[in-house]
Order: sequence, then C-alpha cells, then structure tokens
Amino acid sequence: MTARAGARRWALRLAPVAAVAVGIAVLALALLVAGYDPGLALGALWRGAFGSTDAVLSALLPRAIPLITIGLGIGLAFRAGALNIGAEGQFYAGAVAATWIGLLLGGWPRLVAVPVVLAAALAAGLAWASLPILLRLRFGVLEVISTLLLNFVAEALVSWMVQGPLQESRHVYPQSDPLPLAARLPALPGTRLHLGLALALGAAVLLWVFFRYSLPGFQFRATGSNPVAARVMGGVNTRRVFALALGASGGFAGLAGGFEVSGTSFALFQSLSPGYGFTAIAVALLARLDPLATVASGLLFAALEAGSSAMQREAQVPAVVVWVAEAVIIIAVLLSDTWRRRRAHAVVEA
Amino acid sequence: MDLDLLTGFLASAVRVATPLLFAALGETMSERGGVINLGIEGAMLAGALAAALGGAAGGVWAGAAAAILAGVLVSLLFALVAVRAGADQIITGTALTLGAVGLTGAINRQAFGAAGVGLTLPTFPALPIPGLSRLPVVGQALFSQSLLTYLGFVMVPLSWWLLYRTRWGLELRAAGESAKNSRAAGVQVTRLRTMGVLIGGGMAGLGGASLVLAQVGTFAEKMTAGRGFIAIAIVVLGAWNPVRVLGAALFFGAAMALQFLFQSLGSGVPYQLFLVLPYLLTLATLAGAWGRTAAPADLGKEESEG
Repeated sequence: MTARAGARRWALRLAPVAAVAVGIAVLALALLVAGYDPGLALGALWRGAFGSTDAVLSALLPRAIPLITIGLGIGLAFRAGALNIGAEGQFYAGAVAATWIGLLLGGWPRLVAVPVVLAAALAAGLAWASLPILLRLRFGVLEVISTLLLNFVAEALVSWMVQGPLQESRHVYPQSDPLPLAARLPALPGTRLHLGLALALGAAVLLWVFFRYSLPGFQFRATGSNPVAARVMGGVNTRRVFALALGASGGFAGLAGGFEVSGTSFALFQSLSPGYGFTAIAVALLARLDPLATVASGLLFAALEAGSSAMQREAQVPAVVVWVAEAVIIIAVLLSDTWRRRRAHAVVEA
Repeated sequence: MDLDLLTGFLASAVRVATPLLFAALGETMSERGGVINLGIEGAMLAGALAAALGGAAGGVWAGAAAAILAGVLVSLLFALVAVRAGADQIITGTALTLGAVGLTGAINRQAFGAAGVGLTLPTFPALPIPGLSRLPVVGQALFSQSLLTYLGFVMVPLSWWLLYRTRWGLELRAAGESAKNSRAAGVQVTRLRTMGVLIGGGMAGLGGASLVLAQVGTFAEKMTAGRGFIAIAIVVLGAWNPVRVLGAALFFGAAMALQFLFQSLGSGVPYQLFLVLPYLLTLATLAGAWGRTAAPADLGKEESEG
C-alpha cells in the first residue's frame, strides 16, 4: 500500500515533466510536418536559451520576469475560479501607463520615479480588469469572453498610442520616446537582467504565504473549488473574492507590462509582448497554480521563448511555433489532472 | 447619406458577416449540445490556411473542402480532450487556439515564404442573382454576393430544421440541457456532443475559407483576429437560435464594415476606434443579452462519466 502510494506521489511529481517532454516531442513533429529540420531548429532553441551566460542572463531570465509575474496572477485568479484570459490586454494597459508616466518623470530621483511607474502600471492592469469584473457581477457576462475581447481593444489602444499621443517626438516611427533613465529599473551591469526578477520572486513567496497561512487565501481556494459550498457553508462572500482575484490578476499582468517597459524595452511599441499573456496561462497551469512552482514553470517557458527567438534568427522558423508546444503542455496537464480526478472518483465509488 | 455609399456599405457588411455567420451557426450546434468551444478561433484559422493552400493547389472548391477538413480536425482534438476525456472546455479551447496560431504560422512561412501568399489565390467571384440583384440597395447587398455567402444563408434554415425538426436535434438539445437526465433516457450524450462539436469545427473552417476565398483573397498570420471569439458572442446574442444568429451576425458584419465606410468618408477619427468597435459592441450587447436569454443549462459544464 505504502509502495503504491509512493509510486503515485512520484507519478504526480513526474506528470509536469512528462507534459513538457510530450510538448517538445510534438513540437519536433510539427516542425517536421511543416517542412523544417527539427534538429537544426531545436538546437538553435537550446542555444538561444542555455547556450551561454549571456543567453541565460540577457535572453532567458528577462523573459522569465513577465511570465512569472503574469503567471502568478493567473494562478491566483484560476484558484479562485475566475478565468482570466485577458492578461495580454492587462499587460498592455500596464505598459501604456508605465510609458506615459515614465516619460513625465525625467527630472525625478530614480528611487521615487521607478516605484511610481510600477504603481501606475499595476493600477492600469487592475483598471483594465475591472470592466470584466463589473460585467460579470452586474450583468452576468462570463469573464472568459469579456477578458478575451478586451485583449483586442488593448492592442488597438497601443496601436493608437504609438501613432498618436505617445508617438516619438519626430513622428516617424510607431513607437514612443525612450524612457528617461530615472524611470528605468536598475539592471545587472552588462546584462539585460533587471530588478524585476527579484520583485517577481518576492511576489511568489508572498503569494505562497498568502495561500498557505491566511484566511483570505483559504477563502480564495474554497471559492475556486466549490463556490456554492464556500458561500452557503463557509459564509464566504464569493462575489468579493471573485472581484479581488480577477482584479489582482489584472494588477499582476499590468505590473509585468511596467517591468517590460521600465526594465527591458524602455519604450512602448506594438507587439511589445510576444504573447506573454497567453503563455502565462500555460505557466500557471503547468505549475498547478502553485506560486513557487510558477517560478520554475516560468523559467521553463522563458527558455522556450528565448530559444524561439534564436530559432527564428538561425533556422528561419517563425517563433510563434513554440505555441504548439505550449498548447500540448496545457492539454497534457489537463488530461493528467482529469484522469487522476476520475481515478479518485472511481476509488471512492468502489 | 449618398445612396451608392449606403449600397456599398451594406454589401461589405454582408460580405464581412459571412465568416462570422458560418462560425456562429456551427458554434450554435456545439453549444446546443452543451459544449462551449473557444477552439473555433483556432479551427477558423486552420480553415483559413487550408483554404489558401487548397485554393492555390486546386482552385476555390478544393480550398473550401480543405478548410472544412482542417476545422473538423482541430475540433476533433477538442472533442477528444474536452468531451471524451471531460477536461475543462474553456482551457482546452484556449490551448487549441494557441496551438493553431503556432502551427499555421509555421506552415504559412514554409509554404508561402516570409513575404506571404501575395494576391495569387483564386477567389469566389460575385454571383449576381438575375433580377433580384437589380433591386435598389438591398439587391447589391444580398443578391450580388459570392456563392459562399448564399451557402451561409441556406445554412440558416438548414440548421434550424436540424435543431428543431429532427430527432437528432431534439436529443442534442436535451444533452445540452441535462447530460444526466438525457443519459437516463437513453440518449448517447458523448456521441451527440462530439457530433455537435465536429459540425461546429467544420463550419468554423468554412468560415475561415470564406474569409480567405471570398473576402480578403490572401492568408496572413493570425488573420482571424478574434472572429471565432466574436462568433461565440454572436451565438449568445442570437439566443442559440439559428435565425436570430443570422440577425446578430449581420449586425456584427455591419459594425466591422463601418471602418470601410468611415475610411471612404475620410473622417479625422483615428482608425483604431473602428477596429475596436465590434469588440466593444460585443461586450455591450452581451451585457444586455445575457440573463435575458436562456443558455443551455449544462453549457460548459465538465462531465463526470456516469
């Protein structure tokens, strides 16, 4: 019995690893079917992520920052049963706010300007998520649809901003002016790795403590697993929990947009995000919505993202193809969870 | 308003509405069976690429057939994971859409090069219906469209008949209202739902084909731009009824065609405002429609094998 329980625990731990392996295998197959050389492409992918210290510090880790940050928020929302598919839009809302405020703070001391920029980004992400909250609680519109549609609105907003109010001073390129030094996150000298990583890791630990040791954390989990029971038996205000969870996840995504502008790109432009808001769904699901595991999972997907850019440069494979791997990983995790739940069900009924 | 301008606007509204109509009618079938499939965005995109590939190789009909096949294949994956295995429908659909974006991006680059397809694809020509197309204003809008648009119109009564006048439709709707009770009554819920999803996928694929072969004339990465998701909103607005879905699709077609109208009028308003109009209208109409119309009771619920 104990041997079997042990084996089951190991299977549980290995499931995400297996999911990733299947994801990579299907990616190789997809590359082959589409007519690329999988060896060449995957080799470039590996080198782009782990090939050198520079690859790790300037390509992999900087991409992990938005993925972990957004992934934490999505994990939080999903745990409370709020299906936020709009992180991409909330990220852009944060990026727009960070750019706008950052450009105004040129003369400020960095110690003040950077926190103000990040706070603005967070607030903008939260504000972008508040419309879906209102639509759900007031009108019953599923947040899945509303958050998703607002992604397109946010992308159009960025498009307008960089050709309108926030366009660079010469009015030639569709991008903003570069942020003043005061509004930029400090980085490790000689690399693109910025302070956002430390902040994201800190947030992960805080969230872990929140879920593990606090009453609201417990209420979040209760609402997500069975809203009716949480409301009726547990006296939880599930509407408030829903609003808080979706709002907070929007805040996280907005903050990630702030990190990106203030730490990596230093300017606003279209396609600033290579789909971080969607990839972060895979990040959160692979981590089974656990904050600490989200860090590991975020690093893994950052490796895929960093590698995919190298793959596009070296093997002329469109970077977007890694979404195939992400899709497979999400589905593999879903299936393994579904099967486990079913087996547990069968055991109870037997 | 200038009459020619109005005529042109209505004609483009109907043309733009056609892909939405196909996808929304298909999704109606799926949702009537109790399954919400966000993967139809991916199915539509796969259909669009397949239409471009098939169209380039063997003409418009080959393109349309390839598109249906591609849509069915994507939704088959969805059915296996979300209906057979009973995984979360929303997340499965999102994942499949992501996967379709990645795969179509890769295949497109390899098949047509970094520059894209260009304008070499054959397209469905406008097929004016003798007599009717000469009617003022509506003649151009409704009766001088491509064959695919007429096919979309024909699908409306056909879907209605399938849903409300056949035993299959009755059982499908029952499965959507209560999987448990339907099972008890001997209805094969899983099989019916799978069929609903596959029809939905094929129709979404056809929607992608009409986008490429009767509207844009080329394929581009991510070209569906959320039309599959808008179709899902159209289903809600159309109260899961094919006839009302037609009305909702035309309404959204008009909203999307507004940007062409305003471009030709040359107003000073930023064009992005017209780009977002359909999405904002979707949200506004959902806020008005949700709750006032009855969704299938078991829509989106995960099924425990019973």
